[in-house]
Amino acid sequence: MTETNNSQEIIICRDVHKWFDQFHVLKGISLTVQKGEVIVIFGPSGSGKSTFIRCLNRLEEHQKGQIIVDGIELGNDIRNVEMIRQEVGMVFQQFNLFPHLTVIQNITLAPSWVKRVPKEPSRELAMQLLRRVGIPEQADKYPAQLSGGQQQRVAIARALAMQPRIMLFDEPTSALDPEMIKEVLDVMIELARSGMTIVAVTHEMGFARAVANRMIFFDKGEIVEQGTPHQIFNEPQNDRTKLFLSQILRH
Amino acid sequence: MAVIDAVEMKPPRLTVGPLAWLRKNLFSTWYNVVLTLLAAWLLYLFLKPAIEWATTEARWGVIEANLTLFMVGQYPRDQIGRVWLSIFILAALIGLSWGVWKNAARGFALIALGAGVAFILIALFFGWDVWVEWLIAVVSLLGFYGMGLYLPRGRLVAAIGWFVYFPFLFFLIAGNPYIATLPPVPSNLWGGLLLTLLLTIVGNFGALPLGILLALGRRSKLPVIRYFSIGFIELIRGVPLITILYMAAVLLPYFLPIDIRPDQVVRAMIGFIIFEAAYQAENVRGGLQAVDRGQYEAAHALGLNGAQTTVLIILPQALRAVVPALFNSFISLFKDTSLVAIIGLFEIVRIARSILAQSDWLGTHREVFLFAFVIYWAFNLAFTYGSRRVEEALGVGKR
Repeated sequence: MTETNNSQEIIICRDVHKWFDQFHVLKGISLTVQKGEVIVIFGPSGSGKSTFIRCLNRLEEHQKGQIIVDGIELGNDIRNVEMIRQEVGMVFQQFNLFPHLTVIQNITLAPSWVKRVPKEPSRELAMQLLRRVGIPEQADKYPAQLSGGQQQRVAIARALAMQPRIMLFDEPTSALDPEMIKEVLDVMIELARSGMTIVAVTHEMGFARAVANRMIFFDKGEIVEQGTPHQIFNEPQNDRTKLFLSQILRH
Repeated sequence: MAVIDAVEMKPPRLTVGPLAWLRKNLFSTWYNVVLTLLAAWLLYLFLKPAIEWATTEARWGVIEANLTLFMVGQYPRDQIGRVWLSIFILAALIGLSWGVWKNAARGFALIALGAGVAFILIALFFGWDVWVEWLIAVVSLLGFYGMGLYLPRGRLVAAIGWFVYFPFLFFLIAGNPYIATLPPVPSNLWGGLLLTLLLTIVGNFGALPLGILLALGRRSKLPVIRYFSIGFIELIRGVPLITILYMAAVLLPYFLPIDIRPDQVVRAMIGFIIFEAAYQAENVRGGLQAVDRGQYEAAHALGLNGAQTTVLIILPQALRAVVPALFNSFISLFKDTSLVAIIGLFEIVRIARSILAQSDWLGTHREVFLFAFVIYWAFNLAFTYGSRRVEEALGVGKR
C-alpha cells in the first residue's frame, strides 16, 4: 500500500478510469506530479477535468487504475481517505464556505476538530492566513457579508489552515465577477511561488503563463496534450488543442 | 435635447394621517364604499348581540370561581407553591436567556414580561392575592436578565439551565416519596393549563431529538437503520393521533415489564413523543435536503469525518432552515393536547366540561368555552410572535 516516499513524486495516477453510469468520463488518465510543481488543467466543459481533480481527494471514486497521493493509495479504506484529505486542500468553484459560521470559525473548524489544535494557536494561524490573503479585517463577519472574491480568498485560507502539502483548485474564478478575479489570482500566484504543489483546473491563461510548470489539455476524458506554457501557447501539436486555444484566446 | 444634470430628488411624500388612510383603503372607489358600508353593517349585526351578551347576560363569575381549577386542575391546593416555584424558575431562565442571547430570546422575554405585568394588574384589579407571586416572577425575570448581560459563559449556563429545567419541572410537580417537602402528587390530580403545558413541553422536547435521529436514520447508508426509520415514520404518520393515544394508554403496559406501570400521564406523553417525532423527522428531512451538496464536499475535503460533518456543518444549517416548520409543529402539538380528554386526563377542555357539571354554574357553556378558547389563542399568538423573533434573529449569516 505505502510506496517509497523518498521520491519527489507526490501524486501518481496510473490508467485512471471512471464511469458515471454508462458514461465513460475518464478514459485512462496517467499523470505524475512532482513536489512543488504547478499544474494547470484546461479543456472544454464536460472533458472530465473537474472529475479528475475531484478524484485526487476522493470526492469522486475512480473505478479502475491507481491513484497514489503522498505515498498513500486511494481506495475504499476510509482512514486512508481521511488521511489524504488532511494533506490535500481543495478550493471550489462555488466557494462552499459554511454560511452559519463566521470567517474565522470557517478557518479554525477543521484544525480544531480534525487535528485537535488548541483554540489560541488555531486562531492565531487563521489570522495569519487571513493577513496572507489580504482580509484580516473580515474575520468576524459571516460569508454572506463578503464579496465573491473575498469569499474565495477565505476558502483558500480555510484550505491552507490544514497545512496541506497539495492544493487543488477546481475552477476557482469561474463564479466571480471580472473585477474580483485578479484578487483571487494574486493569492494563487503568491501561493505557487511559495513552493506549494498545485493542481488547478482553470481557464485563466494569465495565471498559467505566470506560474504553471506544466499545462495539461483534457478533452473527452483523455489527456490530449501536455507541455510547458511556452510549448502549449506557441507550438501546440494537437489540432484539438489548437482549436480550443484559438477559441478561448480569441478575445 | 440639452443634457440635464441628474438632480437628487426626495422620495414622493407618502400620504399619511387617518383620513388619508381611510380614503385610500376604504373609500377609494364607489364599490369600495359599498363594500365598506356593507362590512360595517354586518359587523354591527354580529357584534351587537355578542357585546350585549358579554356585558349584561354572561355570568363571568364562573371563571373567577373556577380559575384555580382551570389552571392546575385538582392539584392539591396546599402544594400549589410548587407550581409557583416552577414559574419563578421559568421566569428566571427566560430572563437569563434574554440577557445572554439578546435578540433571539427577546420576543419570548417581552411576551413573558408583558404577561407577568398584565397578571399583576388583573390580580390587583380584582383584589386577588396572587399579584405578589406574579411580582416575584417579573422581578426574577428582570433580575436574571441583568445577570445574563454580565455572566461569563452565560450561554453555556443558560443552555444547561434549560436542559436541566424540564426534568426538574417534572420532578417538582410529581414529587418524590423520599423527600418530605415534596410529597408525591399522583398524576390523575394534575390538570388544566398545567397539564396541557406539561404535555406540550415534554412532547416537543422529547420529540425533537428523536425526530432528528429518525431523519438522519432515514438517510443512513445502513439498510437496517434506514428501513427502521422509514417504517417508524410512515407507520406513525399513517394513523391518527387519537389512536396512538389509545394505544399508549391501553397497549403500552403490555409491552413493558410487569413491574413498570407508567401512569396515564406518562403514557400520554410517550404517545405524544412518538407521534410528534415522526412529524419532526419529516420537517428535519426537508432541512437536510435543503443543504447544498457543496457543504458536504467542503467538509469532507477538509478531512472532517461523517459524524463531524453532520453535527458541525449539516445539522445547524438544516435545523435553521426548518425553524418555522419546527415551531409550527410545536403549536400543533399544543392544540392536540386537548385530545387527552378522551383517555381520561383533565386538561383544559375536560376541566371546562367538568365545571359545567357543577350545579352552581349550569348553563354557562358560552362563558367557559370562550375562556378555554382565549387561553389557547393567547398562548398561540404569543408563541407565534416569539418564534417570529427567533426566526428573524437566526437569519444572521444566511445565504
